Amino acid sequence: MLSEIFVEPFVLMADIPDLLLQTIWEGFVAGTLYALIALGFVLIFKASGVFNFAQGIMVVFAALTLVGLYANGVPAWLALIITIGVMAILAISIERVVLRPLVGQNEAILLMATIGLSLFVRGVGETLFGGETKTMITSELGLPTGITDWNVFDGRVTFQHIDIAAVVIAVLMVAGLAVFFSKTRIGRALRAVADDHQAALSVGISLHQIWAIVWFASGVVALVTGIMWGARSDVSFALEVIALKALAVLILGGFTSIPGAIVGGLIIGIGEKLFEVYWGGLLGGGTEAWFAYVLALIFLLFRPQGLFGERIIERV
Amino acid sequence: MNAPAPAAEAAETILEVNNIEVIYDHVILVLKGVSLTVPKGGIVAILGANGAGKTTTLKAISNLLHAERGEVTKGNIEFKGEQVQSLSPNDLVRRGCIQVMEGRHCFGHLSIEENLLTGAFTRKDGASAIKNDLELVYNYFPRLRERKNSQAGYTSGGEQQMCAIGRALMSRPEMILLDEPSMGLAPQLVEEIFEIVKALNAEQGVSFLLAEQNTNIALRYATYGYILESGRVVLDGEGPALRENEDVKEFYLGAGSSDGDKRSFRNVKHYKRRKRWLA
Repeated sequence: MLSEIFVEPFVLMADIPDLLLQTIWEGFVAGTLYALIALGFVLIFKASGVFNFAQGIMVVFAALTLVGLYANGVPAWLALIITIGVMAILAISIERVVLRPLVGQNEAILLMATIGLSLFVRGVGETLFGGETKTMITSELGLPTGITDWNVFDGRVTFQHIDIAAVVIAVLMVAGLAVFFSKTRIGRALRAVADDHQAALSVGISLHQIWAIVWFASGVVALVTGIMWGARSDVSFALEVIALKALAVLILGGFTSIPGAIVGGLIIGIGEKLFEVYWGGLLGGGTEAWFAYVLALIFLLFRPQGLFGERIIERV
Repeated sequence: MNAPAPAAEAAETILEVNNIEVIYDHVILVLKGVSLTVPKGGIVAILGANGAGKTTTLKAISNLLHAERGEVTKGNIEFKGEQVQSLSPNDLVRRGCIQVMEGRHCFGHLSIEENLLTGAFTRKDGASAIKNDLELVYNYFPRLRERKNSQAGYTSGGEQQMCAIGRALMSRPEMILLDEPSMGLAPQLVEEIFEIVKALNAEQGVSFLLAEQNTNIALRYATYGYILESGRVVLDGEGPALRENEDVKEFYLGAGSSDGDKRSFRNVKHYKRRKRWLA
Protein backbone atom coordinates (compact mmCIF):
# COMPACT_ATOMS: atom_id res chain seq x y z
CA MET A 1 0.00 0.00 0.00
CA LEU A 2 2.72 2.43 1.02
CA SER A 3 4.68 1.61 -2.07
CA GLU A 4 1.61 2.31 -4.20
CA ILE A 5 1.45 5.79 -2.70
CA PHE A 6 5.07 6.74 -2.33
CA VAL A 7 7.04 4.72 -4.88
CA GLU A 8 5.10 3.48 -7.85
CA PRO A 9 3.69 6.84 -9.08
CA PHE A 10 7.18 8.29 -9.23
CA VAL A 11 8.54 5.25 -11.01
CA LEU A 12 5.74 5.67 -13.51
CA MET A 13 6.60 9.35 -13.96
CA ALA A 14 10.23 8.46 -14.70
CA ASP A 15 9.26 5.58 -16.97
CA ILE A 16 6.87 7.48 -19.21
CA PRO A 17 8.07 11.11 -19.13
CA ASP A 18 5.87 12.13 -22.06
CA LEU A 19 2.76 11.22 -20.05
CA LEU A 20 4.08 13.34 -17.19
CA LEU A 21 4.66 16.30 -19.51
CA GLN A 22 1.24 15.88 -21.09
CA THR A 23 -0.39 15.83 -17.64
CA ILE A 24 1.48 18.90 -16.49
CA TRP A 25 0.55 20.78 -19.67
CA GLU A 26 -3.14 19.98 -19.33
CA GLY A 27 -3.03 20.97 -15.68
CA PHE A 28 -1.24 24.17 -16.61
CA VAL A 29 -3.95 25.17 -19.09
CA ALA A 30 -6.77 24.40 -16.67
CA GLY A 31 -4.84 26.27 -13.98
CA THR A 32 -4.53 29.33 -16.20
CA LEU A 33 -8.28 29.44 -16.56
CA TYR A 34 -8.86 28.96 -12.82
CA ALA A 35 -6.41 31.78 -12.28
CA LEU A 36 -8.39 34.04 -14.63
CA ILE A 37 -11.64 33.40 -12.77
CA ALA A 38 -9.88 34.01 -9.46
CA LEU A 39 -8.44 37.22 -10.89
CA GLY A 40 -11.97 38.49 -11.47
CA PHE A 41 -12.78 37.83 -7.81
CA VAL A 42 -9.61 39.51 -6.56
CA LEU A 43 -10.15 42.69 -8.60
CA ILE A 44 -13.57 43.23 -7.12
CA PHE A 45 -12.63 42.15 -3.62
CA LYS A 46 -9.66 44.51 -3.47
CA ALA A 47 -11.47 47.56 -4.73
CA SER A 48 -14.82 47.24 -3.02
CA GLY A 49 -14.39 44.66 -0.27
CA VAL A 50 -17.20 42.69 -1.87
CA PHE A 51 -16.88 38.96 -2.23
CA ASN A 52 -18.53 38.59 -5.60
CA PHE A 53 -20.42 35.35 -5.59
CA ALA A 54 -21.71 36.17 -9.07
CA GLN A 55 -18.28 35.90 -10.75
CA GLY A 56 -18.97 32.35 -11.95
CA ILE A 57 -22.31 33.22 -13.50
CA MET A 58 -20.74 36.29 -15.11
CA VAL A 59 -18.41 33.92 -16.98
CA VAL A 60 -21.39 31.91 -18.22
CA PHE A 61 -23.45 34.98 -19.01
CA ALA A 62 -20.66 36.58 -21.06
CA ALA A 63 -20.08 33.39 -23.06
CA LEU A 64 -23.82 32.89 -23.59
CA THR A 65 -24.31 36.45 -24.78
CA LEU A 66 -21.53 36.05 -27.31
CA VAL A 67 -22.78 32.71 -28.64
CA GLY A 68 -26.42 33.80 -28.51
CA LEU A 69 -25.75 36.95 -30.54
CA TYR A 70 -23.88 34.94 -33.16
CA ALA A 71 -26.72 32.40 -33.34
CA ASN A 72 -29.05 35.31 -34.12
CA GLY A 73 -27.04 36.33 -37.14
CA VAL A 74 -24.66 38.92 -35.69
CA PRO A 75 -21.13 38.57 -37.17
CA ALA A 76 -18.62 37.14 -34.68
CA TRP A 77 -16.45 40.24 -34.25
CA LEU A 78 -19.49 42.47 -33.82
CA ALA A 79 -20.94 40.02 -31.31
CA LEU A 80 -17.68 40.25 -29.36
CA ILE A 81 -17.83 44.04 -29.26
CA ILE A 82 -21.50 44.03 -28.28
CA THR A 83 -20.76 41.52 -25.51
CA ILE A 84 -18.05 43.80 -24.12
CA GLY A 85 -20.62 46.59 -24.20
CA VAL A 86 -23.13 44.39 -22.38
CA MET A 87 -20.54 43.68 -19.66
CA ALA A 88 -19.98 47.44 -19.28
CA ILE A 89 -23.70 48.07 -18.94
CA LEU A 90 -23.94 45.22 -16.43
CA ALA A 91 -21.07 46.72 -14.39
CA ILE A 92 -22.59 50.20 -14.34
CA SER A 93 -26.03 48.92 -13.38
CA ILE A 94 -24.62 46.71 -10.61
CA GLU A 95 -22.81 49.73 -9.19
CA ARG A 96 -25.95 51.90 -9.33
CA VAL A 97 -28.58 49.40 -8.26
CA VAL A 98 -26.73 47.06 -5.90
CA LEU A 99 -23.57 48.66 -4.52
CA ARG A 100 -24.49 52.31 -4.16
CA PRO A 101 -27.52 51.82 -1.89
CA LEU A 102 -25.53 49.38 0.25
CA VAL A 103 -22.45 51.54 0.72
CA GLY A 104 -20.96 51.24 4.20
CA GLN A 105 -22.98 48.11 4.99
CA ASN A 106 -21.62 44.98 6.56
CA GLU A 107 -19.64 42.59 4.32
CA ALA A 108 -22.12 39.78 4.91
CA ILE A 109 -24.90 41.94 3.51
CA LEU A 110 -22.88 42.68 0.39
CA LEU A 111 -22.12 38.97 -0.05
CA MET A 112 -25.84 38.18 0.17
CA ALA A 113 -26.50 40.87 -2.40
CA THR A 114 -24.10 39.21 -4.84
CA ILE A 115 -25.81 35.84 -4.29
CA GLY A 116 -29.06 37.52 -5.24
CA LEU A 117 -27.28 39.07 -8.19
CA SER A 118 -26.01 35.67 -9.37
CA LEU A 119 -29.56 34.28 -9.32
CA PHE A 120 -30.81 37.29 -11.24
CA VAL A 121 -28.09 37.09 -13.90
CA ARG A 122 -28.69 33.35 -14.28
CA GLY A 123 -32.42 33.99 -14.73
CA VAL A 124 -31.85 36.68 -17.34
CA GLY A 125 -29.36 34.45 -19.17
CA GLU A 126 -31.77 31.53 -19.25
CA THR A 127 -34.67 33.67 -20.39
CA LEU A 128 -32.76 35.31 -23.20
CA PHE A 129 -30.66 32.43 -24.48
CA GLY A 130 -32.31 29.27 -23.18
CA GLY A 131 -30.83 26.66 -20.86
CA GLU A 132 -29.47 24.19 -23.41
CA THR A 133 -25.78 23.61 -24.03
CA LYS A 134 -24.17 25.56 -26.84
CA THR A 135 -20.92 25.41 -28.76
CA MET A 136 -18.42 28.24 -28.55
CA ILE A 137 -17.76 30.02 -31.86
CA THR A 138 -14.06 29.28 -31.69
CA SER A 139 -12.92 29.42 -35.31
CA GLU A 140 -15.35 32.25 -36.13
CA LEU A 141 -13.47 34.41 -33.59
CA GLY A 142 -10.22 33.57 -35.33
CA LEU A 143 -8.94 31.28 -32.62
CA PRO A 144 -6.77 28.34 -33.76
CA THR A 145 -8.25 24.84 -33.57
CA GLY A 146 -5.61 22.35 -34.72
CA ILE A 147 -3.18 20.26 -32.73
CA THR A 148 0.59 19.98 -32.70
CA ASP A 149 2.46 16.89 -31.61
CA TRP A 150 5.83 17.17 -29.99
CA ASN A 151 7.88 14.00 -30.21
CA VAL A 152 10.02 13.70 -27.14
CA PHE A 153 11.39 10.95 -24.84
CA ASP A 154 10.38 8.27 -27.37
CA GLY A 155 6.84 9.42 -26.95
CA ARG A 156 4.57 12.26 -27.85
CA VAL A 157 3.05 15.28 -26.15
CA THR A 158 -0.02 16.75 -27.78
CA PHE A 159 -0.76 20.45 -27.71
CA GLN A 160 -4.19 21.72 -28.69
CA HIS A 161 -3.75 25.07 -30.40
CA ILE A 162 -6.70 26.52 -28.54
CA ASP A 163 -4.92 25.70 -25.26
CA ILE A 164 -1.80 27.49 -26.41
CA ALA A 165 -3.95 30.46 -27.41
CA ALA A 166 -5.66 30.41 -24.00
CA VAL A 167 -2.34 30.57 -22.19
CA VAL A 168 -0.97 33.33 -24.41
CA ILE A 169 -4.12 35.43 -24.06
CA ALA A 170 -4.18 34.92 -20.30
CA VAL A 171 -0.56 36.02 -20.00
CA LEU A 172 -1.18 39.10 -22.17
CA MET A 173 -4.23 39.97 -20.14
CA VAL A 174 -2.45 39.72 -16.79
CA ALA A 175 0.48 41.74 -18.15
CA GLY A 176 -1.94 44.36 -19.46
CA LEU A 177 -3.68 44.61 -16.10
CA ALA A 178 -0.35 44.88 -14.28
CA VAL A 179 0.72 47.80 -16.47
CA PHE A 180 -2.69 49.41 -16.10
CA PHE A 181 -2.51 49.18 -12.32
CA SER A 182 0.99 50.51 -11.91
CA LYS A 183 1.23 53.17 -14.61
CA THR A 184 -2.11 54.83 -15.20
CA ARG A 185 -4.01 57.43 -13.23
CA ILE A 186 -7.09 55.21 -12.92
CA GLY A 187 -4.93 52.22 -11.97
CA ARG A 188 -3.29 54.23 -9.22
CA ALA A 189 -6.69 55.33 -8.00
CA LEU A 190 -7.84 51.70 -7.97
CA ARG A 191 -4.95 50.73 -5.74
CA ALA A 192 -5.60 53.74 -3.55
CA VAL A 193 -9.22 52.68 -3.11
CA ALA A 194 -8.09 49.14 -2.28
CA ASP A 195 -5.83 50.53 0.46
CA ASP A 196 -8.16 53.02 2.11
CA HIS A 197 -11.69 53.89 0.95
CA GLN A 198 -12.07 56.91 3.22
CA ALA A 199 -8.77 58.46 2.23
CA ALA A 200 -9.53 57.84 -1.44
CA LEU A 201 -12.82 59.69 -1.01
CA SER A 202 -11.07 62.54 0.76
CA VAL A 203 -8.68 63.20 -2.14
CA GLY A 204 -11.56 63.35 -4.56
CA ILE A 205 -11.53 59.87 -6.07
CA SER A 206 -15.08 58.88 -6.93
CA LEU A 207 -15.76 55.43 -5.52
CA HIS A 208 -18.76 55.02 -7.82
CA GLN A 209 -16.59 55.49 -10.88
CA ILE A 210 -13.86 53.16 -9.58
CA TRP A 211 -16.34 50.44 -8.65
CA ALA A 212 -17.96 50.53 -12.07
CA ILE A 213 -14.50 50.26 -13.64
CA VAL A 214 -13.43 47.22 -11.61
CA TRP A 215 -16.72 45.44 -12.21
CA PHE A 216 -16.27 46.11 -15.90
CA ALA A 217 -12.66 44.89 -15.80
CA SER A 218 -13.68 41.70 -14.09
CA GLY A 219 -16.57 41.37 -16.58
CA VAL A 220 -14.04 41.44 -19.41
CA VAL A 221 -11.89 38.88 -17.59
CA ALA A 222 -15.05 36.78 -17.26
CA LEU A 223 -15.71 37.08 -20.99
CA VAL A 224 -12.20 35.92 -21.89
CA THR A 225 -12.47 33.02 -19.46
CA GLY A 226 -15.87 32.12 -20.86
CA ILE A 227 -14.57 32.05 -24.43
CA MET A 228 -11.57 29.92 -23.55
CA TRP A 229 -13.40 27.50 -21.33
CA GLY A 230 -16.29 27.31 -23.75
CA ALA A 231 -13.87 26.44 -26.52
CA ARG A 232 -12.39 23.54 -24.52
CA SER A 233 -15.71 22.05 -23.47
CA ASP A 234 -18.94 23.84 -24.32
CA VAL A 235 -21.05 26.73 -23.08
CA SER A 236 -23.55 25.75 -20.41
CA PHE A 237 -24.59 26.70 -16.91
CA ALA A 238 -22.40 23.87 -15.60
CA LEU A 239 -19.47 26.25 -16.08
CA GLU A 240 -20.68 28.10 -13.01
CA VAL A 241 -19.76 25.12 -10.85
CA ILE A 242 -16.28 24.98 -12.32
CA ALA A 243 -15.96 28.65 -11.48
CA LEU A 244 -16.48 27.71 -7.85
CA LYS A 245 -13.07 26.09 -7.97
CA ALA A 246 -11.77 29.62 -8.05
CA LEU A 247 -12.76 29.74 -4.37
CA ALA A 248 -10.16 27.12 -3.61
CA VAL A 249 -7.68 29.09 -5.70
CA LEU A 250 -8.41 32.19 -3.64
CA ILE A 251 -7.88 30.36 -0.38
CA LEU A 252 -4.51 29.18 -1.65
CA GLY A 253 -3.45 32.48 -3.11
CA GLY A 254 -4.99 34.92 -0.68
CA PHE A 255 -8.04 37.05 -1.48
CA THR A 256 -6.16 40.26 -2.11
CA SER A 257 -3.23 39.11 -4.18
CA ILE A 258 -3.13 39.00 -7.97
CA PRO A 259 0.13 36.99 -8.10
CA GLY A 260 -1.51 34.73 -5.52
CA ALA A 261 -4.49 34.13 -7.79
CA ILE A 262 -2.17 33.16 -10.64
CA VAL A 263 0.12 30.87 -8.65
CA GLY A 264 -2.84 29.39 -6.75
CA GLY A 265 -4.63 28.66 -10.01
CA LEU A 266 -1.60 26.92 -11.47
CA ILE A 267 -0.98 24.85 -8.32
CA ILE A 268 -4.55 23.66 -8.28
CA GLY A 269 -4.73 23.04 -12.02
CA ILE A 270 -1.49 21.06 -12.19
CA GLY A 271 -1.98 19.42 -8.79
CA GLU A 272 -5.41 18.01 -9.56
CA LYS A 273 -4.33 16.59 -12.92
CA LEU A 274 -1.22 14.94 -11.47
CA PHE A 275 -3.17 13.57 -8.53
CA GLU A 276 -5.86 12.17 -10.78
CA VAL A 277 -3.43 10.48 -13.17
CA TYR A 278 -0.98 9.05 -10.66
CA TRP A 279 -2.93 8.57 -7.45
CA GLY A 280 -6.54 8.69 -8.60
CA GLY A 281 -6.66 4.97 -9.28
CA LEU A 282 -6.11 4.20 -5.60
CA LEU A 283 -9.25 6.12 -4.70
CA GLY A 284 -11.36 4.88 -7.55
CA GLY A 285 -10.82 7.92 -9.81
CA GLY A 286 -12.91 11.09 -10.07
CA THR A 287 -10.58 12.98 -7.75
CA GLU A 288 -10.55 16.13 -9.88
CA ALA A 289 -13.97 17.03 -8.53
CA TRP A 290 -12.76 17.40 -4.96
CA PHE A 291 -8.97 17.72 -4.98
CA ALA A 292 -9.03 21.53 -5.05
CA TYR A 293 -11.36 21.77 -2.07
CA VAL A 294 -9.37 19.34 0.06
CA LEU A 295 -6.21 21.29 -0.71
CA ALA A 296 -8.03 24.48 0.25
CA LEU A 297 -9.15 22.88 3.50
CA ILE A 298 -5.58 21.95 4.37
CA PHE A 299 -4.55 25.53 3.66
CA LEU A 300 -7.32 26.91 5.83
CA LEU A 301 -6.04 24.79 8.70
CA PHE A 302 -2.38 25.69 8.40
CA ARG A 303 -2.04 28.93 6.47
CA PRO A 304 -5.36 30.79 6.43
CA GLN A 305 -3.92 33.99 4.92
CA GLY A 306 -2.95 32.03 1.80
CA LEU A 307 0.40 31.87 0.06
CA PHE A 308 0.46 35.54 -0.88
CA GLY A 309 -2.14 37.12 1.37
CA GLU A 310 -1.26 40.78 1.29
CA ARG A 311 1.19 41.72 3.99
CA ILE A 312 -0.52 43.91 6.45
CA ILE A 313 1.65 46.94 7.06
CA GLU A 314 1.18 47.95 10.61
CA ARG A 315 3.18 50.55 12.46
CA VAL A 316 3.27 50.49 16.21
CA MET B 1 -21.49 84.04 21.44
CA ASN B 2 -18.91 86.78 21.12
CA ALA B 3 -19.31 88.98 18.11
CA PRO B 4 -16.80 88.08 15.41
CA ALA B 5 -13.86 90.44 15.34
CA PRO B 6 -14.30 93.32 12.91
CA ALA B 7 -11.12 92.38 11.04
CA ALA B 8 -12.48 88.95 10.23
CA GLU B 9 -15.73 90.43 9.07
CA ALA B 10 -14.09 92.92 6.78
CA ALA B 11 -12.05 90.26 4.97
CA GLU B 12 -13.65 88.17 2.26
CA THR B 13 -14.94 84.86 3.63
CA ILE B 14 -14.16 81.58 1.91
CA LEU B 15 -16.19 79.28 4.13
CA GLU B 16 -19.30 79.91 6.13
CA VAL B 17 -20.94 77.28 8.31
CA ASN B 18 -24.38 78.31 9.56
CA ASN B 19 -25.87 76.56 12.54
CA ILE B 20 -25.43 72.99 11.33
CA GLU B 21 -26.80 69.96 13.06
CA VAL B 22 -25.35 66.51 12.29
CA ILE B 23 -27.01 63.18 13.03
CA TYR B 24 -25.33 59.81 12.65
CA ASP B 25 -27.35 56.71 11.78
CA HIS B 26 -30.59 58.75 12.09
CA VAL B 27 -30.34 58.77 15.90
CA ILE B 28 -27.07 60.06 17.29
CA LEU B 29 -27.04 63.85 17.47
CA VAL B 30 -23.41 64.94 17.32
CA LEU B 31 -23.45 68.61 16.31
CA LYS B 32 -26.13 70.78 17.87
CA GLY B 33 -25.87 73.98 15.91
CA VAL B 34 -22.30 74.89 15.00
CA SER B 35 -21.52 78.11 13.16
CA LEU B 36 -18.15 79.32 12.04
CA THR B 37 -16.50 81.49 9.44
CA VAL B 38 -13.15 81.18 7.71
CA PRO B 39 -11.83 84.34 6.04
CA LYS B 40 -10.02 83.97 2.75
CA GLY B 41 -6.35 83.37 3.50
CA GLY B 42 -6.96 82.75 7.19
CA ILE B 43 -5.93 79.98 9.55
CA VAL B 44 -8.84 79.10 11.79
CA ALA B 45 -8.69 76.51 14.55
CA ILE B 46 -11.44 74.36 16.01
CA LEU B 47 -10.44 73.32 19.50
CA GLY B 48 -11.89 71.02 22.07
CA ALA B 49 -11.60 67.71 23.79
CA ASN B 50 -12.19 64.23 22.38
CA GLY B 51 -15.72 63.74 21.13
CA ALA B 52 -16.51 67.45 21.08
CA GLY B 53 -17.41 67.28 17.40
CA LYS B 54 -14.31 68.72 15.73
CA THR B 55 -13.85 65.90 13.24
CA THR B 56 -17.56 65.75 12.53
CA THR B 57 -17.56 69.46 11.72
CA LEU B 58 -14.74 69.02 9.22
CA LYS B 59 -16.35 65.97 7.68
CA ALA B 60 -19.65 67.78 7.39
CA ILE B 61 -17.88 70.45 5.35
CA SER B 62 -15.93 68.04 3.12
CA ASN B 63 -18.98 65.78 2.89
CA LEU B 64 -17.20 62.63 4.00
CA LEU B 65 -20.02 62.15 6.50
CA HIS B 66 -22.19 60.30 4.05
CA ALA B 67 -19.87 57.27 3.91
CA GLU B 68 -20.20 56.98 7.69
CA ARG B 69 -23.96 57.17 7.62
CA GLY B 70 -24.02 60.69 9.00
CA GLU B 71 -25.92 63.65 7.57
CA VAL B 72 -26.37 67.36 8.00
CA THR B 73 -29.99 67.75 9.05
CA LYS B 74 -30.14 71.49 9.72
CA GLY B 75 -28.28 74.61 8.74
CA ASN B 76 -26.14 75.15 5.69
CA ILE B 77 -22.55 75.35 4.53
CA GLU B 78 -21.30 77.85 1.99
CA PHE B 79 -17.96 77.50 0.25
CA LYS B 80 -17.01 80.50 -1.90
CA GLY B 81 -20.63 81.63 -1.75
CA GLU B 82 -22.06 78.33 -3.00
CA GLN B 83 -24.19 75.94 -0.94
CA VAL B 84 -22.20 72.73 -0.77
CA GLN B 85 -24.09 70.33 1.54
CA SER B 86 -25.38 68.21 -1.33
CA LEU B 87 -22.11 67.98 -3.24
CA SER B 88 -19.98 64.83 -3.22
CA PRO B 89 -16.43 64.92 -1.80
CA ASN B 90 -14.93 64.86 -5.29
CA ASP B 91 -17.09 67.82 -6.37
CA LEU B 92 -15.71 69.70 -3.40
CA VAL B 93 -12.12 68.76 -4.18
CA ARG B 94 -12.69 70.06 -7.71
CA ARG B 95 -13.95 73.33 -6.27
CA GLY B 96 -10.82 73.66 -4.14
CA CYS B 97 -11.75 72.34 -0.70
CA ILE B 98 -9.96 69.21 0.48
CA GLN B 99 -9.66 67.43 3.80
CA VAL B 100 -6.56 65.87 5.36
CA MET B 101 -8.00 63.24 7.63
CA GLU B 102 -7.12 62.52 11.21
CA GLY B 103 -4.54 59.74 11.47
CA ARG B 104 -2.97 60.65 8.12
CA HIS B 105 -4.54 57.84 6.07
CA CYS B 106 -1.77 57.49 3.51
CA PHE B 107 -2.17 54.68 1.01
CA GLY B 108 0.17 52.19 2.67
CA HIS B 109 0.98 50.03 -0.33
CA LEU B 110 1.61 52.97 -2.67
CA SER B 111 4.94 54.76 -2.77
CA ILE B 112 5.14 58.32 -1.42
CA GLU B 113 5.22 59.71 -4.96
CA GLU B 114 2.19 57.64 -5.99
CA ASN B 115 0.40 58.88 -2.90
CA LEU B 116 1.08 62.45 -3.93
CA LEU B 117 -0.12 61.74 -7.47
CA THR B 118 -3.46 60.39 -6.24
CA GLY B 119 -4.04 63.89 -4.88
CA ALA B 120 -4.08 65.15 -8.47
CA PHE B 121 -6.84 62.69 -9.45
CA THR B 122 -9.47 65.35 -10.07
CA ARG B 123 -7.21 67.61 -12.09
CA LYS B 124 -7.56 67.99 -15.82
CA ASP B 125 -4.78 70.49 -16.48
CA GLY B 126 -2.20 68.08 -17.87
CA ALA B 127 0.86 66.12 -16.84
CA SER B 128 3.34 68.99 -16.89
CA ALA B 129 1.30 71.14 -14.49
CA ILE B 130 1.03 68.15 -12.17
CA LYS B 131 4.78 67.59 -12.40
CA ASN B 132 5.41 71.21 -11.47
CA ASP B 133 3.24 70.86 -8.41
CA LEU B 134 5.05 67.67 -7.44
CA GLU B 135 8.26 69.75 -7.42
CA LEU B 136 6.52 72.39 -5.34
CA VAL B 137 5.45 69.81 -2.77
CA TYR B 138 8.96 68.36 -2.64
CA ASN B 139 10.33 71.84 -2.03
CA TYR B 140 8.05 72.34 0.95
CA PHE B 141 8.71 68.80 2.22
CA PRO B 142 12.31 67.90 1.24
CA ARG B 143 12.00 64.73 3.30
CA LEU B 144 9.33 63.42 0.95
CA ARG B 145 11.72 63.77 -1.96
CA GLU B 146 14.22 61.55 -0.16
CA ARG B 147 11.59 58.92 0.50
CA LYS B 148 9.64 59.23 -2.72
CA ASN B 149 10.06 55.58 -3.75
CA SER B 150 9.39 54.07 -0.31
CA GLN B 151 6.07 52.43 0.41
CA ALA B 152 4.13 54.94 2.51
CA GLY B 153 3.20 52.27 5.04
CA TYR B 154 6.84 51.96 6.05
CA THR B 155 7.57 55.66 6.55
CA SER B 156 7.51 57.45 9.91
CA GLY B 157 4.48 59.19 11.38
CA GLY B 158 5.88 62.62 10.58
CA GLU B 159 6.61 61.66 6.99
CA GLN B 160 3.11 60.27 6.64
CA GLN B 161 1.62 63.52 7.92
CA MET B 162 3.73 65.44 5.41
CA CYS B 163 2.65 63.01 2.71
CA ALA B 164 -1.01 63.53 3.60
CA ILE B 165 -0.69 67.31 3.47
CA GLY B 166 1.39 67.14 0.29
CA ARG B 167 -1.21 64.87 -1.29
CA ALA B 168 -3.91 67.42 -0.50
CA LEU B 169 -1.76 70.18 -2.00
CA MET B 170 -1.55 68.25 -5.27
CA SER B 171 -5.24 68.99 -5.84
CA ARG B 172 -4.40 72.74 -5.96
CA PRO B 173 -6.74 73.58 -3.10
CA GLU B 174 -7.88 77.00 -2.00
CA MET B 175 -8.73 75.60 1.38
CA ILE B 176 -7.46 72.64 3.39
CA LEU B 177 -9.41 71.10 6.26
CA LEU B 178 -6.68 69.73 8.49
CA ASP B 179 -7.71 67.26 11.17
CA GLU B 180 -5.38 66.71 14.17
CA PRO B 181 -2.07 67.33 12.41
CA SER B 182 -0.22 66.94 15.72
CA MET B 183 -1.62 63.54 16.58
CA GLY B 184 1.06 61.10 17.71
CA LEU B 185 3.97 63.28 16.63
CA ALA B 186 6.98 64.47 18.60
CA PRO B 187 6.74 68.14 19.66
CA GLN B 188 9.52 69.19 17.34
CA LEU B 189 7.80 67.61 14.35
CA VAL B 190 4.52 69.25 15.32
CA GLU B 191 6.32 72.57 15.26
CA GLU B 192 7.79 71.74 11.83
CA ILE B 193 4.37 70.81 10.42
CA PHE B 194 2.76 74.00 11.72
CA GLU B 195 5.60 76.09 10.28
CA ILE B 196 4.90 74.53 6.89
CA VAL B 197 1.20 75.21 7.28
CA LYS B 198 2.03 78.83 7.99
CA ALA B 199 4.34 79.02 4.97
CA LEU B 200 1.71 77.47 2.67
CA ASN B 201 -0.82 79.92 3.99
CA ALA B 202 1.44 82.91 3.37
CA GLU B 203 3.05 81.87 0.09
CA GLN B 204 0.38 79.80 -1.66
CA GLY B 205 -2.62 81.63 -0.22
CA VAL B 206 -4.22 78.43 1.05
CA SER B 207 -6.81 78.95 3.78
CA PHE B 208 -6.79 76.46 6.63
CA LEU B 209 -9.45 75.20 8.97
CA LEU B 210 -7.77 72.92 11.46
CA ALA B 211 -9.09 70.78 14.27
CA GLU B 212 -6.65 70.36 17.13
CA GLN B 213 -6.54 69.04 20.64
CA ASN B 214 -3.21 70.71 21.14
CA THR B 215 -4.73 74.09 21.98
CA ASN B 216 -1.43 75.70 22.82
CA ILE B 217 0.25 75.29 19.46
CA ALA B 218 -2.94 75.73 17.43
CA LEU B 219 -3.60 79.13 18.99
CA ARG B 220 -0.05 80.27 18.30
CA TYR B 221 -0.60 79.80 14.57
CA ALA B 222 -4.32 80.42 14.15
CA THR B 223 -5.74 83.83 13.46
CA TYR B 224 -9.07 82.85 14.94
CA GLY B 225 -10.29 80.00 17.11
CA TYR B 226 -13.54 78.28 18.05
CA ILE B 227 -13.86 76.08 21.10
CA LEU B 228 -16.27 73.20 20.77
CA GLU B 229 -17.85 71.22 23.56
CA SER B 230 -20.47 68.49 23.16
CA GLY B 231 -21.33 69.64 19.67
CA ARG B 232 -21.64 73.35 20.43
CA VAL B 233 -19.36 76.33 20.06
CA VAL B 234 -18.82 77.53 23.62
CA LEU B 235 -16.26 80.23 22.98
CA ASP B 236 -14.63 81.92 20.04
CA GLY B 237 -12.20 84.72 19.43
CA GLU B 238 -8.95 85.80 17.84
CA GLY B 239 -5.98 83.52 18.46
CA PRO B 240 -4.03 85.70 20.91
CA ALA B 241 -7.18 86.78 22.77
CA LEU B 242 -8.25 83.16 23.27
CA ARG B 243 -4.83 82.31 24.59
CA GLU B 244 -5.17 85.00 27.23
CA ASN B 245 -8.71 83.93 28.15
CA GLU B 246 -8.88 82.66 31.75
CA ASP B 247 -11.27 79.81 30.98
CA VAL B 248 -9.18 78.60 28.08
CA LYS B 249 -6.04 78.74 30.21
CA GLU B 250 -7.76 76.85 32.97
CA PHE B 251 -9.35 74.12 30.92
CA TYR B 252 -7.32 73.71 27.78
CA LEU B 253 -3.84 75.03 28.47
CA GLY B 254 -3.59 73.41 31.87
CA ALA B 255 -2.52 76.59 33.67
CA GLY B 256 -4.13 77.62 36.93
CA SER B 257 -6.14 80.84 37.06
CA SER B 258 -3.90 83.86 37.26
CA ASP B 259 -5.17 85.21 40.59
CA GLY B 260 -2.96 82.67 42.33
CA ASP B 261 -5.81 80.65 43.88
CA LYS B 262 -5.75 76.91 43.81
CA ARG B 263 -8.20 75.39 41.38
CA SER B 264 -11.45 75.47 43.23
CA PHE B 265 -14.87 74.07 42.65
CA ARG B 266 -16.08 77.65 42.63
CA ASN B 267 -14.12 78.36 39.46
CA VAL B 268 -15.38 75.27 37.83
CA LYS B 269 -18.93 76.23 38.66
CA HIS B 270 -18.31 79.65 37.20
CA TYR B 271 -17.09 78.06 34.01
CA LYS B 272 -20.00 75.67 33.74
CA ARG B 273 -22.49 78.48 34.20
CA ARG B 274 -20.70 80.55 31.66
CA LYS B 275 -20.75 77.66 29.24
CA ARG B 276 -24.50 77.28 29.59
CA TRP B 277 -25.09 80.92 28.79
CA LEU B 278 -22.79 80.80 25.84
CA ALA B 279 -24.47 77.75 24.46
